[in-house]
Amino acid sequence: MRITDHPILDFKPGRLVRFTFEGREIEGYEGEPIAAALHAAGIRVLRRSPRLHRPRGFFCAIGNCSSCLMVVDGVPNVRVCVERLREGMRVERQEGHGELK
Amino acid sequence: MKSVEIAVVGAGPAGLSATLAAAGQGASVALIERDEHLGGQLVKQTHKFFGSARQEAGTRGVVIARRLGQAVREQAGIDLRLATTVLGYYSDKVLYLEEPDRLAKLQAERAIFATGASERMLIFGNNDRPGVYGAGAVQTLMNVHGVMPGRRVLMIGAGNIGLIVSYQLLQAGVQVAAIVEAAPRIGGYLVHAAKVRRAGVPILTGHTVKEAVGEEAVEAAVIWRLDEQWRPVPGTEERVDCDVICLATGLSPLGELMWQAGCRMAYVPELGGHVPWHDDDLRTSHEDIYVAGDASGVEEASAAMVEGRIAGLAAARSLGHDRDVEEKLGEARRELAALRAGPTGEKIRRGLESLRQGGDGR
Ligand SMILES: Cc1cc2nc3c(=O)[nH]c(=O)nc-3n(C[C@H](O)[C@H](O)[C@H](O)COP(=O)(O)OP(=O)(O)OC[C@H]3O[C@@H](n4cnc5c(N)ncnc54)[C@H](O)[C@@H]3O)c2cc1C
Repeated sequence: MRITDHPILDFKPGRLVRFTFEGREIEGYEGEPIAAALHAAGIRVLRRSPRLHRPRGFFCAIGNCSSCLMVVDGVPNVRVCVERLREGMRVERQEGHGELK
Repeated sequence: MKSVEIAVVGAGPAGLSATLAAAGQGASVALIERDEHLGGQLVKQTHKFFGSARQEAGTRGVVIARRLGQAVREQAGIDLRLATTVLGYYSDKVLYLEEPDRLAKLQAERAIFATGASERMLIFGNNDRPGVYGAGAVQTLMNVHGVMPGRRVLMIGAGNIGLIVSYQLLQAGVQVAAIVEAAPRIGGYLVHAAKVRRAGVPILTGHTVKEAVGEEAVEAAVIWRLDEQWRPVPGTEERVDCDVICLATGLSPLGELMWQAGCRMAYVPELGGHVPWHDDDLRTSHEDIYVAGDASGVEEASAAMVEGRIAGLAAARSLGHDRDVEEKLGEARRELAALRAGPTGEKIRRGLESLRQGGDGR
């Protein structure tokens, strides 16, 4: 769900790159927030809450609220609304608090 | 440890203006911004701004951001630090910074906090479902990253933000099911309301959202009517087909750093919540700390820019810089008063009055 035609804005995306979400390969633009690439691919559930395991997505999209914490390349608690996408990233849903390895 | 005279935290309209004003006085300035770009909230604002001509009314927010950002980049002597988050302020005038791969310290004689505001949540059933997004998030996703937030959006709040973002959604090719507003009347300017109405979007005043529907993510919303006492009326529930519920229900100043630094904070509903006490120079109860923009009270970009100038000039003056500083301060104060004159500034004037009555803060 990318915007292709806009009356005012002109989007200049970066290079198209591949990354994985839960082991599945998808594409996004290099440098855009991981959350934007996931959303464009129709993925809205980013993690599950620690106690009640409720699905969570992003909320503020500017790194304030901590609703979008995911595991990226094995590192938990990454705010994917501001973390930039790079080729080959491994992105996984976070369960609860995430574990530091 | 590196040291500067003035550290500005946040590169929105307030922080950029503060930086330019202070550097213009000859002070050494560091501008610290957690994002990778300058402009703050302005980078996602595609509409023509309201406000007066001096504050660039009629210009789109994105253009104002570009202009201010360029002026900062061209001004010599500014230590610009992007992708850097300020984590704390300590008593020896030291700021702790999180850079992409390390922690750093910066000593600053004066700090200006221009950290902006964050979006407010609303209480309703399943308000944590993916698809319940803040209005700023929806704007960021579509206007900065070019991704549609969804197929069909239910907007909550008919203030200026709710109205403007609804219009921007339509421009991006997203349907807007309706705009729901708890108050009995529309809060935003009627020009904005007329635009979305003309496009066929109903504005339902005296209504609110009861719950989000959907197991994994939003698939619909249930709205209901409110009576004169703002109590929901059972039996008036209606289901609205949508995959996004967008909250445009207000902002709260981001004051954590000032709480932590020990500035005296006051709760002022008209200013959006907890704000640091401050005087006409935007100086807080902590004599080395100034505040500007939405962090000092949620208002508008036009006021944020003037406040930034005042804070930057006053902080520079407190360190002995003087390039017609009094004259420039006087001019900025008159501009700010003019912005807040008239009926639209009534709420802010009331808020500032009650903040001042909270004592001198020292
Ligand atoms: C939909 C919408 C429409 C609007 N329309 C108008 C309009 O027509 N006219 C108008 O005048 N105003 C308008 N506004 C309001 C205007 O955008 C804001 O009032 C203005 O951006 C506030 O400026 P600021 O500099 O205080 O904060 P912001 O623009 O929010 O900037 C704050 C900056 O601080 C940074 N930051 C925060 N914490 C830290 C930290 N710890 N370390 C480092 N950096 C940090 C943030 O990343 C951000 O870049 C609108 C707002 C919205 C949402």
